[in-house]
Amino acid sequence: MAEKLKSVDVVLVGFGWTAAMVGQELTDAGLSVLAIERGSWRDTATDFAVTFAQDELRYMWRRELFQEPARDTLTFRNDAGQTALPMRHLGSFLPGSGVGGAGVHWNGQTWRFLPSDFNVRSHNEQRYGPLPTDMTVQDWGITYDELEPYYDKFEYLCGIGGKAGNLRGQIQEGGNPFEGPRSREYPNPPMDMAYAPTLFGEAAKKLGLRPFPCPSANMTRAYTNPLGVTLAPCTYCGFCEKFGCGNNSKASPQTTILPVLMQKDNFELRTECEVLSVNRDHAGKQATGVTYIDTRGRTFEQPAQLVILCAYGLHNVRLLLLSGIGTPYDPKTNEGAVGKNYAYQIVSGVDVFFDDKVMNPFVGAGALGIGIDEYNGDNFDHSGQGFIGGGYIACWNTNGRPIEHHPTPEGTPKWGSKWKRAVAENYLTTASISTHGAVMSHRRNCLDLDPTYRDIHGRPLMRLTFDFTENEHRMSDYLTKRAADIARAMDPREIHAKTRAGRYSIVPYQTTHNTGGAIMGSDPKTSVVNKYLQSWDISNLFVMGAGAFPQNPGYNPTGTVGALTYWAVNAIKSQYLKNPGPLIPT
Amino acid sequence: MRIDKQRFTRRSLLAGGAVFGSSVALEPGAAISKSYSGEMPWSEGVADAPRPASPGAYVFFTPAEVAFVDAAVARLIPADDLGPGAKEADVTIFLDRQLAGDYGRAQRWYMLGPWQQGAETQGYQSRLTPAQLYRISIAFIDDHCRKAFDNKAFSALSLQRQDEMLMRLEKGQLRVPGIGPRPIEGEGVKSDTFFAQLLQNTIEGFFSDPLYGGNREMVAWKLIGFPGARYDYRDYVSEHGKKLNLAPIAIKA
Repeated sequence: MAEKLKSVDVVLVGFGWTAAMVGQELTDAGLSVLAIERGSWRDTATDFAVTFAQDELRYMWRRELFQEPARDTLTFRNDAGQTALPMRHLGSFLPGSGVGGAGVHWNGQTWRFLPSDFNVRSHNEQRYGPLPTDMTVQDWGITYDELEPYYDKFEYLCGIGGKAGNLRGQIQEGGNPFEGPRSREYPNPPMDMAYAPTLFGEAAKKLGLRPFPCPSANMTRAYTNPLGVTLAPCTYCGFCEKFGCGNNSKASPQTTILPVLMQKDNFELRTECEVLSVNRDHAGKQATGVTYIDTRGRTFEQPAQLVILCAYGLHNVRLLLLSGIGTPYDPKTNEGAVGKNYAYQIVSGVDVFFDDKVMNPFVGAGALGIGIDEYNGDNFDHSGQGFIGGGYIACWNTNGRPIEHHPTPEGTPKWGSKWKRAVAENYLTTASISTHGAVMSHRRNCLDLDPTYRDIHGRPLMRLTFDFTENEHRMSDYLTKRAADIARAMDPREIHAKTRAGRYSIVPYQTTHNTGGAIMGSDPKTSVVNKYLQSWDISNLFVMGAGAFPQNPGYNPTGTVGALTYWAVNAIKSQYLKNPGPLIPT
Repeated sequence: MRIDKQRFTRRSLLAGGAVFGSSVALEPGAAISKSYSGEMPWSEGVADAPRPASPGAYVFFTPAEVAFVDAAVARLIPADDLGPGAKEADVTIFLDRQLAGDYGRAQRWYMLGPWQQGAETQGYQSRLTPAQLYRISIAFIDDHCRKAFDNKAFSALSLQRQDEMLMRLEKGQLRVPGIGPRPIEGEGVKSDTFFAQLLQNTIEGFFSDPLYGGNREMVAWKLIGFPGARYDYRDYVSEHGKKLNLAPIAIKA
């Protein structure tokens, strides 16, 4: 029997990016806020010190900062005809564990979605006619213009470095001309540019494209954010994604919010405590709090006035399913909403080999790159292409960590003397271009509870059913060809275009951009939360994170996750607290 | 792998009476639920430093396994006119320490049943830990070689024969009994499962920080021009196209 604890105003499930943002805002509003995190406390000086943070084996390959499948994983199948089997070790994506969540080990590529990304169904149907029957993309129920102030707020929290391409409707030379209007310039200038992205930008220009420096959460100069927390300049060490930053140079909960939030007496963090369920009253209409378990196996009931799910998107969806909140999605009938419209990212790459141009790949940063956006979203005419959506193409200098990064030309054996020679000859002189494609939602791709496999607490694992469809493959092939065009214009010795063929696989790392399952929208029948990320079923329950994306556009998600969080918390502060109840009538 | 990571918190009692973050000495590695409020948690003199490979003799591999691994990694990354290979870089020691530790035990992996063979896209479904996979596969390969090649173990074959055998393993042309989801009644698993594991771990041992026992004297980093554990390249970002010739640095100097 769970011991009942003293009630708090707000309980946050998980303590990564979104919980830190919500915690900071709601404690400022005078509420008592408790965050419950299943991992442990982590801070820069103790956990990511510059004397040992740059350890490729420990952090990337032995996965030390990530979720442990031994405690909790998911099962996976490509289609409903297969038996889903557990992801026994991590591969395709790397969710975080512990304070700061995946915000500790991200690269820092901080984009905004296009205005048309937010109404992808109505926009594409209007321009191209009806979409395929099983493509279940939906409008978000929110517009870019509504979200813009909150994108701005997140970018200024983080100190994003970049060059605006559209200031209040005026296109700016040197920025991304396709982006939605910004109310002001980025808080920091773009990163100093390494050689490979520079060559990519010159080649793109020759082809008539409009390259720009990609927006970066790696500090381009010392920066004090609006909370008064100072971040240090990035040292281009090449250990961002999969690593914590030892220099306080990468925006993360630790480097932007926690030094302020943790000082507050009306905030409490409990670590190594895992929330098992969201509890409801007898009528099932209001959340009464959560039940969690500590490391000694004791369970506690934590009452709260307001419950906000802030775990990784996938975990939020699973907690809804385990708690019996909302109607689980059924792909057979296309009814229900919880678990609906899981989406991901489709990525491909082109390696560009030179004889005499030294790229020094190790002079890197997670978001150090030049990109083009001509082929993203609906920035180009899709008539006759057989697909919708797109993605950016970029040349990044993220790292030269050699276990992961040792490009070899096409046809090189995988081992032996020839392999060794090819690695030695090409390591310093290869540039890598990547494409970052959208994944539209499809009826077959969804999340539910696995009937067989259990976690360490005996709860069903989440089951992921996912594959790329024709839309994704056509789109990714198109992007890969455009990337190869730019690669050839860089005047290399040879290129190796790595087209993304075949079924989705859980094995190789791709991106930690899992979206959907707790999607936002304007209709309670087809979405889990309303435009304020408030549960349609339970008005004192909010669900943050990329689970809200009805489909996944061709950009990294964190910028939009941050913007949606500030947008939702603003609605809680300005509307909900004054008059608790549904913010949108049903 | 967290060691000696004991922390103290200001608040030790919750209103509900549950005790968190008590200041009693903890078992090394023990994770105890804690509560933090009213201060930025930080402890003096505590760092989550890495654990280096232990010095000395082999702790996991048997002598026969050492002979196999020495021979195999020397073919995967050979010594040649470019410099030392995996064997000379002590990759065998690296593998030994990895397999003897958390990784070899699959400590972070989900290892609950039921076990079932899946599609390739569903990933690893063997019930064996990495350590068990090496043990069973090496014994099988040596046994297979002895039967096929005049009672010679893999390490006693000519280099050309060794390469041919590795290629057969890579292509999955052999079936290793006892490494599938159902080792007792099963018919085995194609040899590419073990080969992929061996190759990946060999590359890890060659290129990882010498802290873990391989990449002796940073030979792999010198081979390609990776400066290792340096942490500040601001001076070099704009040195476009310039070969920097930076001497590598390791975490454990």
